[in-house]
Amino acid sequence: MTMHGMYDEIAANRRNSFFITVAISAVLVVLGYFIGQYWGRSYGGIAIAVIIALVMSLSAYYGGDKVVLAVSRAKRIEKKDYQQLFNVIEELSIAAGVPMPAVYVIDDTAPNAFATGRDPQHASVAITTGLLQKLTRDELQGVMAHELSHVQNRDILYATMVGVLVGSVALISDFFLRSFFWGGGRRRKSEGNGTAGAILLVVAIALAILAPIAAKLLQLAVSRQREYLADASGAKLTRYPEGLASALEKIAGDREVLEVANRATQHLYIVNPIKPFEKRASNLFSTHPPIQERVRRLREMR
Amino acid sequence: MIGILVLVVVVVLVLIGIGIFNSLVTLKKRVDNGWSQIDVQLKRRYDLIPNLVETAKGYIAHERSVLENVTKARQQAIDVSGVKEQAKAENMLTGALRSLFAVVENYPNLKANETMKALMEELSSTENKISFSRQHYNDVVMDYNTRIGQVPANIFAGMFNFKPADFFELEDEAERKAPKVSFT
Repeated sequence: MTMHGMYDEIAANRRNSFFITVAISAVLVVLGYFIGQYWGRSYGGIAIAVIIALVMSLSAYYGGDKVVLAVSRAKRIEKKDYQQLFNVIEELSIAAGVPMPAVYVIDDTAPNAFATGRDPQHASVAITTGLLQKLTRDELQGVMAHELSHVQNRDILYATMVGVLVGSVALISDFFLRSFFWGGGRRRKSEGNGTAGAILLVVAIALAILAPIAAKLLQLAVSRQREYLADASGAKLTRYPEGLASALEKIAGDREVLEVANRATQHLYIVNPIKPFEKRASNLFSTHPPIQERVRRLREMR
Repeated sequence: MIGILVLVVVVVLVLIGIGIFNSLVTLKKRVDNGWSQIDVQLKRRYDLIPNLVETAKGYIAHERSVLENVTKARQQAIDVSGVKEQAKAENMLTGALRSLFAVVENYPNLKANETMKALMEELSSTENKISFSRQHYNDVVMDYNTRIGQVPANIFAGMFNFKPADFFELEDEAERKAPKVSFT
């Protein structure tokens, strides 16, 4: 097995994620610039919006894992409850050189799994009983390696950071549009400035409408990149990409819908748990890359 | 004015130097820790074997020699010293365990025994942990060796005597290729 495929894949994914983050920041800066130009001096509102976004994200960062585990009705388990699952995770945390995460099981026949927690010291992994029953040991190892890679790559931190940016963009746009429609726009400095002021106004409104959409699409692109990255670094841990590939095929072939998953938690899972959505949606609006593509990339690593 | 500038440059350089030195120390610690992790897992394997042999004894009627081989190989692995001899003894133990597992297949009652099932899962997991801890050790050695070879860290590595660490290598190619022992 050549390892170069995996290392290349990991490096490329890091690069892509970085560029996408830069792009979202650029959207934020351009938006802020035009609205600032239009408003003249009312930076206070933007500052407040950014602070709100920051506070919300920080609380999500520190308490989010508990909330996610609670809404997914995940139960914490010990080694004696699920010996093999526990062993597999122990093995992989040794391979990854991270502390043993807390292990949770979701009592649901739909096959799925996710990881959460802000850093390797506060990580949790969860798996449904349905997935546990369907997978062989090698496949289970592949799935858990994917989840531990999310932990090791600090994807939760990453998603939070991108969330702050996207949230800020949305808040600023919203703030601007509302204040404009409710009369705040009357105090603009460009009043009586004719065409230039009008053009600036149109640009600011257009940006305020388009920027949140663009930021959201970029965020989804990051989410898909991080899935590929977790697949690749998971394969680096097990040195056996086929385990995850065949597990993904098994999960994808399943028709069941995970009841405890919702729009807020769908991006966390190893495959999108809301199947009808994934089927209808085009690539652009999906939190996860298509499974066939993930399987293909995994099989090419060998 | 020039005096202040020189001072700033010196301070910055010293800070960078401290940063590089600390990162080297961290990486070296990881290498040492990685090595001791391997020992932890090997020790775990020694601890599990007596129980396994004890449980299997009652069921295995004919192929008793397989059990004796495992016990013997375990004792040998504990007794020897020296990296090469150690690796050899560990290989023998792995081989002995593998043939025991193969024999267990012939005894459905033994295979169905809950204690035996748990012990076999524990042992195959420990085998995986041993090979994963070796893999992790090699990963951190690669990081460390790469770092001390790079400019400018190599200057500090030379100054403070950070030497390249050895990779863990198995002489037996077959052993390297068979890290997975799974029973499903």
